[in-house]
Amino acid sequence: MEKELRREIILDNYQNPYNKKTIEDSSYIKINTNNESCIDNLDIYFKVEGGFIKDAGFNGEACAISTSATSIMLRGLIGKSISEVKELLKNYINMINEKEYDQDLLKELNVYDEIYLQPNRKNCALLPARAVEKMLKEIENAG
Amino acid sequence: MNREDFEMLKQDIIYFDNSATTLKPKSVVDSITDYYTKFTSNAHRGDYKTSLKVDTLYEGTRDKVKDFLNAESSNEIVFTSGTTNSLNMVVFGFAKYNLKPGDEVIITKTEHASNVLPWLELADELGIRIKYAPLDENLKLRTEDLLKVITPNTKIVSLAHVTNTVGDIRDLEGIGKMLKERNIYFVVDAAQSAGHRKIDVQKMNIDFLAFSAHKMCGPTGTGVLYGKEKLLEKMRPINYGGGMNNFFESDGSREYKSIPTLFEAGTQNIEGVIGLGAAIDYLEAIGFDEIEKHEKELRDYLIDKLSTIENIDVLNKNSEAGNVLFNIKGIFPQDTAIYLDHYNICVRAGNHCAKLLKEELGIKNTCRISLYLYNTKEEIDKLIETLKNSKNIFEVVI
Ligand SMILES: Cc1ncc(COP(=O)(O)O)c(C=O)c1O
Repeated sequence: MEKELRREIILDNYQNPYNKKTIEDSSYIKINTNNESCIDNLDIYFKVEGGFIKDAGFNGEACAISTSATSIMLRGLIGKSISEVKELLKNYINMINEKEYDQDLLKELNVYDEIYLQPNRKNCALLPARAVEKMLKEIENAG
Repeated sequence: MNREDFEMLKQDIIYFDNSATTLKPKSVVDSITDYYTKFTSNAHRGDYKTSLKVDTLYEGTRDKVKDFLNAESSNEIVFTSGTTNSLNMVVFGFAKYNLKPGDEVIITKTEHASNVLPWLELADELGIRIKYAPLDENLKLRTEDLLKVITPNTKIVSLAHVTNTVGDIRDLEGIGKMLKERNIYFVVDAAQSAGHRKIDVQKMNIDFLAFSAHKMCGPTGTGVLYGKEKLLEKMRPINYGGGMNNFFESDGSREYKSIPTLFEAGTQNIEGVIGLGAAIDYLEAIGFDEIEKHEKELRDYLIDKLSTIENIDVLNKNSEAGNVLFNIKGIFPQDTAIYLDHYNICVRAGNHCAKLLKEELGIKNTCRISLYLYNTKEEIDKLIETLKNSKNIFEVVI
């Protein structure tokens, strides 16, 4: 992706993040993501119904990469089935870790395709992915 | 000053994270290398020449630390793995056995995690109460304000000498006198002050004091617990094993060594202790008055310069030590740190392990610059220039 466009998308999602608000509705699953290697701290909310992500939002304090990645990812997840979410997640994590992935599937998330060049920011880009993983586990545990 | 002594400074970096750990001068590195290349052997087993040499250096460092703190006796100096370890020994080796339910320990909200969490744990375990002394409008502790929380149940006051965030310097002499008059134990976390200013445990009436070698030009994994002799006698070891016992039998009878060896079970961090000795020699040769003067001059210069930049908030303009906290308005501190790193300027972003501070400051995270003897005005000028040009920050960090 072209550098300018990449930056524009990231910055736009940082400055105008998608659905950035606290959601106090018990039908949402709340996941706190505390990035161990840095100081990002976001609460992410997912509404899951009938095996689909119906809605998602987040709030908290985080750096430009974490915030934008969360914004882009959540927007991309809404409407997806759990199995689609798993597929997307796998491909996203692969991309961040320089492994094979399906570019078409990731759409706007491709803006992080060169984050591996800054190893100290990989965790920032992975922050929403860790939250989605936790969410999936909670759904599984809930049976 | 003394920049030529620091190998790390030969790289193109500006190191402003001295509260986290300091750089090491060549003499310290050499002292450790010598141990591994010229006289490797264990301590306290002086049956042959090299081991005697190690013993001499190890115990010699104890004497150096005694003088460094002006302790009464070398028996009052225990080697530990660092401040965290030392403070845990005070809490779980001393306080646990000498306090009772209902007793009170006073700390502040600007303490480092290692002077908060052990106390909170003991409070749960033993039923003691942890109280926070009030801070003034600059988040400093005024000596007389301690009186607002001291009660007849107060048994211990445990404070950082210098805080690693706000950078206030506690009046140890005044506090020590106040506590002595009231028979309250005084525990001092000197992690941020040893290596920066003179400490005198007798003049300051300090009962226990903890510091880390790595924050004062020494190696990581080594520190000191100072304790008054009669208090160390009342402290129990946390670790039991080799080196600290006189004998033990299968029927359970056993006898332990006397202080301070009692608290040094197992093979110790010998290279670390030797390195600490070299660090003390190094710093004393420069002189603490010089170091203090240099840091103060740099700090005033830094705060002045930072204050001239419009979009910078300095959060502790009244810092008394070498730490300055700032944020670029509207920029998450981690992004600022990443931006500065792009220009090889090392600063720390975060809450600096003082997580209670957010309740007072209203801000969770900041960028921290912490200065030391080898920093210069030229480095500060470069930082200022880089911050002034930070309008393009997102072009750099994204
Ligand atoms: C005030 C203060 N106390 C305690 C510590 C803990 O020191 P260490 O990690 O060496 O045990 C630090 C280190 O950051 C500190 O700044």
